[in-house]
Amino acid sequence: MKRTVFRNRWLPYVLVAPQIAITVVFFYWPALDSVRLSLYRASPFGDIKIFVGWGNFARLFNDPSYLRSALTSVMFAFFVTVIGLALALLLAALANAKIRGLAIYRSLLLWPYGIAPAIAGILWLFIFHPSYGVLPYVLSFVTAYQFNWFLKGWVAMTLIIVAAIWKQFGYNLAFYLAGLQAIETSVLEAASVDGAGPIRRFLAITFPLLSPVTFFLFTLNMTFAFFDTFGLVHSVTQGGPGDATSILVYKAWKDGFENLQLGISAAQSVVLMAVVIVLTAFQFRFAEKKVNY
Amino acid sequence: MSWFTLRSLRLAVLAGAVFLAAPGAASARTEIYWWHALQATLGERVNEIAAKFNASQSDYEVKAIFKGSYPETLNAAIAAYRAKQAPHIVQVYEVGTQTMLSSGAVYPVFQLVKDNNITIDWNDIIGPVKTYYSSGGNLYSMAFNSSTPILFYNKDLFKKAGLADKAPATWDEVEAMAKKLVASGAKCGYSTAWPSWIVMENMHAYHDQPFADHANGFDGLATSLKINGAFGVKMLELLQRGAKEGWFTYNGRLNKAEASMGGGECGIFTTSSAYIGNLTKTAEGKFAWGTGSLPRMAGYPQGNSIIGGATLWVMKGAKPEENKGVAQFFKYLASTENQAWWAGVTGYLPLTQAAVKAMEASGVYTKAPALKTAVTQMNAGKSTPNSQGLRLGNYGSIRDAIEEQMENVFAGKKTAKQGLDDAVAKSDDVLKEFAATYK
Amino acid sequence: MARVLERASGVDLAVTTPRRRRDWSGFTAHAILIASVAVIAFPLYYAIVISTQTVGQATSLPPRLLPSTAMFDNYAEAWNRAHMGRLLLNSAVMALAIAFGKIAISMLSAFAIVYFDFRGKTFVFWTIFVTLMLPIPVRIVSTYEVMTQLGWVNTYWGLTVPLMASATGTFLFRQFYQTIPDSLTEAAQLDGAGPMRFLWSILLPLSKANIAALFVILFVYGWNEYLWPLMITTTPEMRTAVVGVESLVPRGGSQLAEWNVIMAAAVMILLPPVAVIIVMQRWFVKGLIETEK
Repeated sequence: MKRTVFRNRWLPYVLVAPQIAITVVFFYWPALDSVRLSLYRASPFGDIKIFVGWGNFARLFNDPSYLRSALTSVMFAFFVTVIGLALALLLAALANAKIRGLAIYRSLLLWPYGIAPAIAGILWLFIFHPSYGVLPYVLSFVTAYQFNWFLKGWVAMTLIIVAAIWKQFGYNLAFYLAGLQAIETSVLEAASVDGAGPIRRFLAITFPLLSPVTFFLFTLNMTFAFFDTFGLVHSVTQGGPGDATSILVYKAWKDGFENLQLGISAAQSVVLMAVVIVLTAFQFRFAEKKVNY
Repeated sequence: MSWFTLRSLRLAVLAGAVFLAAPGAASARTEIYWWHALQATLGERVNEIAAKFNASQSDYEVKAIFKGSYPETLNAAIAAYRAKQAPHIVQVYEVGTQTMLSSGAVYPVFQLVKDNNITIDWNDIIGPVKTYYSSGGNLYSMAFNSSTPILFYNKDLFKKAGLADKAPATWDEVEAMAKKLVASGAKCGYSTAWPSWIVMENMHAYHDQPFADHANGFDGLATSLKINGAFGVKMLELLQRGAKEGWFTYNGRLNKAEASMGGGECGIFTTSSAYIGNLTKTAEGKFAWGTGSLPRMAGYPQGNSIIGGATLWVMKGAKPEENKGVAQFFKYLASTENQAWWAGVTGYLPLTQAAVKAMEASGVYTKAPALKTAVTQMNAGKSTPNSQGLRLGNYGSIRDAIEEQMENVFAGKKTAKQGLDDAVAKSDDVLKEFAATYK
Repeated sequence: MARVLERASGVDLAVTTPRRRRDWSGFTAHAILIASVAVIAFPLYYAIVISTQTVGQATSLPPRLLPSTAMFDNYAEAWNRAHMGRLLLNSAVMALAIAFGKIAISMLSAFAIVYFDFRGKTFVFWTIFVTLMLPIPVRIVSTYEVMTQLGWVNTYWGLTVPLMASATGTFLFRQFYQTIPDSLTEAAQLDGAGPMRFLWSILLPLSKANIAALFVILFVYGWNEYLWPLMITTTPEMRTAVVGVESLVPRGGSQLAEWNVIMAAAVMILLPPVAVIIVMQRWFVKGLIETEK
């Protein structure tokens, strides 16, 4: 495509300078420094630095609490993504009709996007509160089990999973609705004429046609659950009880800023970098193969 | 409005805000910056004592700045030190002691005081308070807000269970009383806050049992924990049995469990003496409570409880004039009158025996006998190498490791021996890592 | 269920089935959407209700779901105790600075990339692109070091400037500029206009919709960002709202939890970004779609 350009020698450099400057100083320099720091054993005051090569990484991968943290992160991301998407898809399918006011519904469902995960956590924290919360109260009519998230790891996990899903739900639903509305009715009509029942139609046609949306939402939710939920854990459970909700991001921060183990924390950051690269590569490679309607 | 102007306006606002946030014009007095981690009521007391010092003389002005939690304050101090902008005084919690001592960034208090020709009667300082922060008999940081664990009990629940109005003195008594409490309908017989600090760290010191090698790190960097010996196992097995039989309830780490005492659920409870202030307010009009010394395990020698809380460290790099001010401030803090005041309003331990006497004389202990329990307990204890305190590198990680295993043991997932062995294995690894950095 | 699905996906059936079926499917869709809106809104509704009750009412069982009269007291208490004025100001500064800063810098960079040929253009492009793989958690310890060296810890500069460069805005504008016909550019050049003039008088007005869309997204992002302010600010005066509110949430058990005050604080904090989303919802939806491509 022919593109008209301006002829100017120095102006483009000036224009990109702010972005490049900030990027280099605040992205690349710390990222490279993280990699460098991960190879050292450093004292909190920074006066001592001993090169240990892979030492920190070896310790990490042999440390049961780190491996548990990784598992916790994966489980957390998995549940938030899968349950979130399934619920959203289900409801979108049920609500997919030519009705008026879809835009209004969309607004009424999207506003939790503006709530910080930490605040969402505080809201749900109270709902789950073992002594005064609505949820344990309602459940107490069904069972005598104490849903005390202070003590029981799985209850704490459920709390943060629910808070995260809640925050993302409207967003997922909106995208699925839009995706469904974009599917041409003629295709579905043809299938029903062919004798395919509604579930069959859904599985064989609708779902595959939604795969770009599903894929996109999948990656988005996974990234969100891995990297944007630090605030949720920090303000609500602080990784507890024990380390039941200690996701990777939280552990990396805690080891660095509370336990003052700089090298280990940097090593954890490097591992997270690898995760991001994989997720991003995954997203970009498959995003290219768009399914055509 | 064009975005250029908008942008300039915004930059101007930002610049203005930054300018306003910068420290004000220098006063004639020498300014001393004191970073601390006490908030709410305690924070106000900090401001009070700083104000009182400032009013008592005209050469120096202490500025007390709240920096967040203990870890946050420590981090901020480290970062500031590396940027050569350290505060003069920083309050560091006991977990950070080894970090500070190994750092080379600290101006020891005994040295500061000597260099500035100030006399403080080190011998009058309450034993455990002094030893924790001393090296080679000399005090490195200024004790400020120290506490020690004691026992609390709910008098109303005791009455209901038909128990005499007296705190249990031994663990056997705790077990017997807790069982009765539960039988009479109490939701919780015995519980505790700060699991590792009280059940492991303090209990070992209280019974003259070693916690780590090298005299708990006082005779050189500790490299291995000793808590999986007979005493540790016995202590943990007791509570494991208690959890199983229902007379001991585990209520979480840190001081999360205090809610169960304050809420009137627990009959017997162990936590820091600093809880007295909060409990007084929380239980007011709800239930009567009393205190006692920590319970003893039969068959083991007498040691002493160890302290927790934080102390004031002096950072290197300040000007001699400023250090002089710091020394004056510490002298002011250590005075009997101020110690008695501080301990009286906060519930923390007074620094010196003289202060204790002053508090007795002024009737503080008659009005609030609970305040005296900690002092009595510490004065009745014996000072041994095992009761000096703990000096461990990466102390925070070690506590995490221990409490994690304690939780496994209480939940019945491991035997006490297995849990302690695992805790020791992990902690030793952490200690080795620390030692390797500072060899 | 099968019936519902059939009706819900039965838009295709509308053509061949009697009117009654069509009303059913519409009705179901409305029902589902209204139920979803209610469920999504419940935590916020509950939070608002609690924020109007006294402590006794908030912590009593069964939970009261109707508002009470302590609203003014609670909000005043939250305002004072958490120094909400200062917190909200810091959040506002951060959100606005990041939003405007990012928009400005991204626009300039995109303009340079699209409208100029210069040596190193590909390098610049990839430099910016790679930042997608360097989210904050990946550079925490090292970033703090960098900030310390710059003296930007605990300052507004430190809170805002490092977050002003990222790939999404640049790519958004780049994509948009690529759709602008060459004829416009040529016409401007014929008129003797220089590149900056072109940017200012022609591109900028055309970009208004994109700018608005990006503004909503970035404002929400800046307001809700948690890990960064937590790391960078070391005194309560500089904290942002989402981080500062945790001073009200009880950590240990000894603090009596005044949930009514906590909820009042939470509501005050989540209102601005949610309000921005609702008021600017058209651009919000556009922004969502554009930035996630």
